[in-house]
Formats: sequence, C-alpha cells, structure tokens
Amino acid sequence: MDHEEFLQIGEQERRRQAEYRHHIHVCMAAGCLSSQSDKIKTALETEVEAHGESGHCLVKGVGCMGLCGNGPLVAVPSEDVLYQGVTTEDAPDIVKNLGKGPIRHKHCPTDIPFFKSQHKIVLENCGRIDPERIEDYMAVGGYQAFMRVLTELMPIGVINEVTRSGLRGRGGAGYPTGLKLSTVARSEGTTKYVVCNGDEGDPGAFMDRSVMEGDPHRVIEGMAIAAYAVGAHHGYIYVRAEYPLAIERLNKAIRQAQKAGILGQNIFGTNFDFSLEIRLGAGAFVCGEETALLASIEGRRGSPRPRPPYPAAKGLWGCPTLINNVETFANVPAILRNGGDWFAKIGTKKSKGTKVFALSGKVKNIGLIEVPMGITLEEIIYDMGGGIPDGRRFKAVQTGGPSGGCIPADHLGTSVDYESLSELGSIMGSGGMIVMDDGSSMVEVARYFMEFCMSESCGKCVPCRVGTALMYDLLTKIAQGHANQSDLQQLETLCDMVRSTSLCGLGQSAPNPVMSTLRFFREEYLEKLADTELVKE
Amino acid sequence: MVKTLRIDDQDVSAGTDDTILQVAQDNAIFIPTLCNLEGLKPVGACRLCLVEVEGYRGLAPACVTRVEEGMQIYTQSERLQTYRRMILEMLFVEGNHVCAVCVSNGTCELQALAQRLGMDHSHLEYRNPAKSVDVSHYRFGVDHNRCILCARCVRVCDEIEGAHTWDLLGRGIQSQVITDLNRPWGESKTCTSCGKCVQVCPTGALFKKSKAVAEMEKEHEFLPYLNTIREVRSNG
Repeated sequence: MDHEEFLQIGEQERRRQAEYRHHIHVCMAAGCLSSQSDKIKTALETEVEAHGESGHCLVKGVGCMGLCGNGPLVAVPSEDVLYQGVTTEDAPDIVKNLGKGPIRHKHCPTDIPFFKSQHKIVLENCGRIDPERIEDYMAVGGYQAFMRVLTELMPIGVINEVTRSGLRGRGGAGYPTGLKLSTVARSEGTTKYVVCNGDEGDPGAFMDRSVMEGDPHRVIEGMAIAAYAVGAHHGYIYVRAEYPLAIERLNKAIRQAQKAGILGQNIFGTNFDFSLEIRLGAGAFVCGEETALLASIEGRRGSPRPRPPYPAAKGLWGCPTLINNVETFANVPAILRNGGDWFAKIGTKKSKGTKVFALSGKVKNIGLIEVPMGITLEEIIYDMGGGIPDGRRFKAVQTGGPSGGCIPADHLGTSVDYESLSELGSIMGSGGMIVMDDGSSMVEVARYFMEFCMSESCGKCVPCRVGTALMYDLLTKIAQGHANQSDLQQLETLCDMVRSTSLCGLGQSAPNPVMSTLRFFREEYLEKLADTELVKE
Repeated sequence: MVKTLRIDDQDVSAGTDDTILQVAQDNAIFIPTLCNLEGLKPVGACRLCLVEVEGYRGLAPACVTRVEEGMQIYTQSERLQTYRRMILEMLFVEGNHVCAVCVSNGTCELQALAQRLGMDHSHLEYRNPAKSVDVSHYRFGVDHNRCILCARCVRVCDEIEGAHTWDLLGRGIQSQVITDLNRPWGESKTCTSCGKCVQVCPTGALFKKSKAVAEMEKEHEFLPYLNTIREVRSNG
C-alpha cells in the first residue's frame, strides 16, 4: 500500500460517516457489555430501520466512554448528548428524539468535571471509534504517525522525540521510555523484540483493558513505531486470558493491519518488516513482572529472575527486548504525531503527559479517567469523582494496588506524579485508584492485599514466599484481636526484611500496603491489640 | 583481564566474569548460600548470599552479581546477619524440620548454616503445614516436610542429567517439587534413577531408602563431578 492509497482509506471512511445525519455510539467495552449493551445496540439498529432512517443514522459500537459505573452508556455525539443506565426499552425514545434534544430521564450531563477535567491522549479515540474497524482508526488519523516515522525519520529521530517528550513507563515504576528505547537500540544483537505488557492484574485496575478493547490499533501503532526505533522486527502482546474481549479485538486488529500491509513485510513500501503475535497469560499475577512475563512467553514457568541483565540487554530468548506497558505504547503515536515538546508541556516537571486512572470504590462517579499529571487527588476524588456517596466520610485512597499504599485525607492535596506519591509511601502504579470511606477497616485492607500477594507470590525466593504468608498470619491475628505488641513489632520487622531481600518487585513492594496503613492509621492497629491497655498505662 | 575489588577489608582480585560469591569463596570469605551449587545455573532464590555493595541502591545477591572494578563489598554487616537469620528461621517455620529424627541430621546444609549463623531458635511462628512423603520410588524417597524449594534437584535433573523429571508445582507458600506431571516418583517415565537429585539436596528432603536417622551421608564424588562440568563449560 502506498501513501495515497493509505490516506484514501481514511478519507473515504470520513466521507462515509459524514453522510449520516445522526450518529449513535453504544459502549461495547467489557463493563457495559456485561449489562447487555450489545442487545441495546441491536435494539437501536432495529428501531432505526423501523423508522426508515438506516441511511441517515449510524449506530456504532465504540470503546469505553468513561463513566462505567453508570452504564450501559449510549452517546449521540452529533448532539453532544450522553445517556446513562440505558435499557433496550429506551431504544425507541432515543431514536425518536434524535435531533430534538435529549430524553430527560436517562440524560447524563457532559459538562460535569468528570468529563471536563479530563485531558485525553491515550483515550482520545476510546468511545469515539469502532475498535473493530481499522478504517475508523484511519479516519481519525490512525497509523499516520507510523507512516511518517517510517518514511521521514531515522530510528534515532524517533528515540529523540520520545526522550524529549519526557514520557515515563506507565506500568508503575516510571522508567524513562526514551532511555529504554535508546538502550535497546544500542544493545548488540541482530534479533530484537518488542513486548507489550497487557497483564494488568492489580485489583481495581482496568485501564489497559479499556485501551486494548477500545482502541487496539493504537497499541499496535505504538509498538510498531517503537520497533522501528529499536530495530526489532517481531513483537508480542502479552494479555491475560481473563480479558477475552481485549484478546479478540487485538487479534482482529492485528489481522486487519496485516491485510492492510501495516504489519508484515516492506511496510508502506519501505524495507521495514514488523510482525506481531499475542501471547496469553494463564492467571498468574507475577507474570506482570517483566522477567516472569518473558519466561512465560518463552513457554517456561512464569517466575522472575534476578536483574541485571535487564531485558533491554538480554530479554526474550536472550535477545535485547523492549518491554513496556500498554498505556506507554499508546502514548507513542500521539507523541510522534504532535511532537515531544507538545507532550512535555503537559504535566509536571518530572512527570510529563497524562495518566489514565480506574476510579472505583466508595466514590459517586466510577469509571475511567485520563488526567494531566500534577492534578491533585482531591480534584480527582471530589470534583471528578463527585465525592463520597451515602453521606459517608472519606477515609483513604489506595493507589498502586498490592504494591501501593493508602493515602489519608490530610494528604489529598498531593499532586499526582511519580515522586509525590512515592514520598507518601504509595506508588503511581498502573492506575488503579480505590476510594475508601469511613466504613473501611485499614487492617482489613492491609490483610486483603497481603492475602493477594501471598497467593500470587511465585514461591521462588524465600522472603516473599514465606514472608508474605507470615505477614498474612500476623495481620489475621491482629484483625481477630489475638495479637499483642510483640506481634506488631514482628510485622514491622518482616515488612522491612521482605522489602529489602525479595528477588522481584512483587515481594519488594508487598509490604507497602501494611507500611502505609501503619504510617497513617497506626491507631487502628493498636486498637485491635489484646494488650493495648498495658501500653496506654 | 583481571579486576581488583575489596570485600569487607580485604583487597582481592577476580576474573572478569566472576561473581561476587566465586571471588569470596576463592579468598576464603564466607558468604552463606543454600540454593547455589557450583556447576548448576545460579537462580538467586534463597537470598542468603545478599551482600551490600557501595553505591548500590539495594542488596545484591552474590551468586549472580558480577564483580566490577573497584567494587567495595560488605558481607558481614549487622543488617545482613539479621536478614540471614530471618531467612533461616523462615525456612524452618515454613516446613517441618525435626533434626532429631532426620536422615540428614549432622550432614544437613540447613542445619549447619543455622548453627554457624547462630540461629538457636525461631522468633517466627511455626506454620506446621500438612505435607506429604513420597516413597514410591524403589531406591529413593522425597519428604516435602524437609524441602526448602532451592530447586537444586530441578536444575541438576534438567541441566546435568537431561531428564527434567523434577519441576515445581503451584505458587507461593503452596509450591512443591514434583516428578513428571505430579505423578508418584515411582511411576515416573522420565526418571533415570541416577540419584543426582538426592546427592545435591541440601537437606533430608531427598534421601536414599533404608537410611535411618543421621545416616544419609552424601557421596561427595558427585560434587566434584559438578565442578568439572563448570570448568568444561567455561573453557568451551
């Protein structure tokens, strides 16, 4: 396919869509689908046909529109109308009211901070395009960055652009992406790989799933650009098997891209070849750790190995491997399209761009948001999230899942960036954000996450294998009121030891939920100790 | 090429590809380890050999960390001693180690390390797990109560014998070593009954049948054999 043909596909699709007077978008992401949004879409199509509007009204299945807690969501973008809690019975009304203003009882205002405060880069197409059609992605400029990169830039040019953007890994640790690209590019070896980590496993996290479901071509484009930058010709997307829809859409997207000549050999008439395959995770959380993930792709038991050597030097089958999170790759096309400087203007001094968060728990607006780095937790929870429901009081917000921590009310003014969150003993993490109200017991929260780490520890190294089990036992003892001062002391000793001596990130960060709840909610632990009275005296 | 570095207060020289552990052992500096065995691929799993390296953010496992010119390594700090004792305690409370009735009493590496590092009792609570014993093999037995999951048996069977009879099952605290696809050892189709696994086992988890308490002495000619393999590999 040459440039002309490529641009024409997008242009044709734009023209095709412009012919429709009305557009109806139905969310077909996992959340709304589980409330049967597919049936709503069929009902809408039937209704449109019954009104003889088939040629004038386009009913389109799209990715996540964000406000998952109020789904199923249906949008009429031509009139800037959003409907929430839609059922199949609403289909006639929705179609009847096209062009006449929204139907009142299902109308969801779109001028609220939940939508207005967002800054969409990664999610710019999510909820706008049909993730199952490559033409729709091309119609909004998809793959143009990749084409420009291949025809106009040298690999070093791509690396420089990403470096200038200041993009950091969105998987949680925040390693500078440009630096990683240049390390892999400079590593010796003729065979190199690009791997996308889609093994999102933190409880309460669904950012990567939404991106893969809602805009799969974007992930492919990001990976293809990165592959060109580092000199890789083959890539893997590692997706957990618990995400069947994401897998289906990615597979479809890969096939479409192959058919269009965007994946394969001599892409866009250049001498660059790139192919892509999906590998499924079999249910182990630890496979989100990069060395375990690579072992799993190789067909071995998914357990981590000591680093160095880092995957950038010795990764898949001993070859230099670029491994990044879904959201990191999804940022790349936008950076190459708009320039690194554009990206670097968004966010804070050290944390550039935006971050997608999965906002859940005891908060009014539950769903997916993309916010500029540097926004405060308060803005996210109170303005965008709408505060705490049922007249309860805010207690803490958990970020970073089992590797993160709980941030209390007096720190809600904290800016959301890598450094500020780790100063508070939490981490940015991959983007799970669970809000808790005054009904939550922080000992139980710590115990829940420790149980998670205990059952997800691979068992290779002693501190994580035994330490997480011992800490879980102690937390259970405390929660049941059977523990005393010395147990608490031992718990803290174990936290320090497991953090300092574990082999991989899972064990090293497993104590975080305990340490952060001990830091901010110590009195809750003390209240539960059997010998608390003695201490008070 | 030779590198010079400092371990504790001793200046030492090392080959370019040497690990900290190798250099320490060459210079009679004691760094404890249980999962490591010369001749088998190091895995860095037991964490007993963690050392402090100046300029490093975290602790470094001596068995897999390569030496660098001018490195300053500390192997005996108070903090390391504490961690090492805790790791040993963890190993003791995770299984059911009763030296008094163990075939390897007196020849056990776990027991010897506990004595050497001054672990005379456990501060941690014993978990007393229910674990099984498999004596279906005609010559050998495996007692999971005494297994510390160092995976030496898995590695020696795979890397040296080439049979890969042993592997690991499950995750975390539920992990255990298995033969074939978790079939009884005696029914294994892949086991060659070579006995290498029994010889490399640091505890009494793998043993020869007909051995009573404290009778399970390792046949040390197996271990030089492993060393030779290493030399052959590094020369080839």
